[in-house]
Amino acid sequence: MARIIVVTSGKGGVGKTTTSASISTGIAKRGHKTVVIDFDVGLRNLDLIMNCERRVVYDFVNVIQGEASLSQALIRDKRVDTLFILPASQTREKEALTKEGVEKVINELSQTFDYIICDSPAGIEHGAQMALYFADEAIVVTNPEVSSVRDSDRILGILQSKSRRAEKGQDPVKEHLLVTRYNPARVERGEMLSVADVEEILAIPLLGIIPESQVVLNASNQGLPVILETETDAGQAYDDAVARLLGEEREHRFMTAHKKGFFSRMFKGG
Amino acid sequence: MSFLDYFRGKKTNTNTANVAKERLQIIVAHERGHRKQPDYLPALQQELLAVIRKYVDISDDMVQVEIDRTDTCSVLELNVTLPEK
Ligand SMILES: Nc1ncnc2c1ncn2[C@@H]1O[C@H](COP(=O)(O)OP(=O)(O)O)[C@@H](O)[C@H]1O
Ligand SMILES: [Mg+2]
Repeated sequence: MARIIVVTSGKGGVGKTTTSASISTGIAKRGHKTVVIDFDVGLRNLDLIMNCERRVVYDFVNVIQGEASLSQALIRDKRVDTLFILPASQTREKEALTKEGVEKVINELSQTFDYIICDSPAGIEHGAQMALYFADEAIVVTNPEVSSVRDSDRILGILQSKSRRAEKGQDPVKEHLLVTRYNPARVERGEMLSVADVEEILAIPLLGIIPESQVVLNASNQGLPVILETETDAGQAYDDAVARLLGEEREHRFMTAHKKGFFSRMFKGG
Repeated sequence: MSFLDYFRGKKTNTNTANVAKERLQIIVAHERGHRKQPDYLPALQQELLAVIRKYVDISDDMVQVEIDRTDTCSVLELNVTLPEK
């Protein structure tokens, strides 16, 4: 039985695709057979972040509509050989994802994969609901700002009422909070919500904190999941999140600003 | 505005994170309340509105319907604002 994890947020541009790429790469690197599915039908971004855009022949919708088999559509990652990508269609509409079609694909993937990561499109409508429907767990990607937190709360409401687990009265979808694009210096200046604020409002367990970092853009420019940049803050933050997801206990980092002033260093005695 | 006010103003304006948090707490509490409402509520509201409109000319936002649930009972709360005459 595969663990099905949706990466979701409501709001767009908060870091879902960045997170899906890094989390799936991190899990696969630890030896688990992993597939990451791009649910953003019509747009398709994941293949760019994973650097496999030129190898896309068939896509998710082709498989749903019986125009290609799963093995024809799946792309094996060039860097991590336990990782596969199922790309989205660029030409179809989100409505091409039917519940029955998605279920068929997920059931088939469940037989051979340990982890299925679903990269959700933005919004709370059909596409986002299809991405989360079959999930066992959800990584709720949230930026420390008002509209992102509000939208995350809405997505939590949908997970609790419209997921398969909710409809069937099973154990609820396990929720994880991932705060991304975090800027501790701005938090310290009172310009940005803190992790503690976001945790208090959303009231779900914290999986990790990904700092706002230039390396994310640099990595995506090259088609590299940032988790593979092991010397960088964002790369390490994603690695911590993967470790926690797989049951390891790791202390949270990247919560405070790097460069400490003279006084704060003195008072911390460091 | 005096020179001093400029600095004072700036100082109080910079802690916008607190403002954001307070606003979020209110928004989220409000939306969560609505989420727990039964599915039939919007339809019920529309029908009540139609009935009242037979007698009084009121606009959509003048009828508010909510259900308050406690462990032992549920209360249907109907709030109709009538136009001033
Ligand atoms: N931690 C981060 N630091 C800086 N930029 C980031 C970070 N996470 C994401 N971004 C940038 O934000 C933009 C949107 O990210 P993306 O993952 O595509 O969001 P989504 O899938 O939620 O729409 C991209 O340009 C990405 O490079
Ligand atoms: Mg995306």
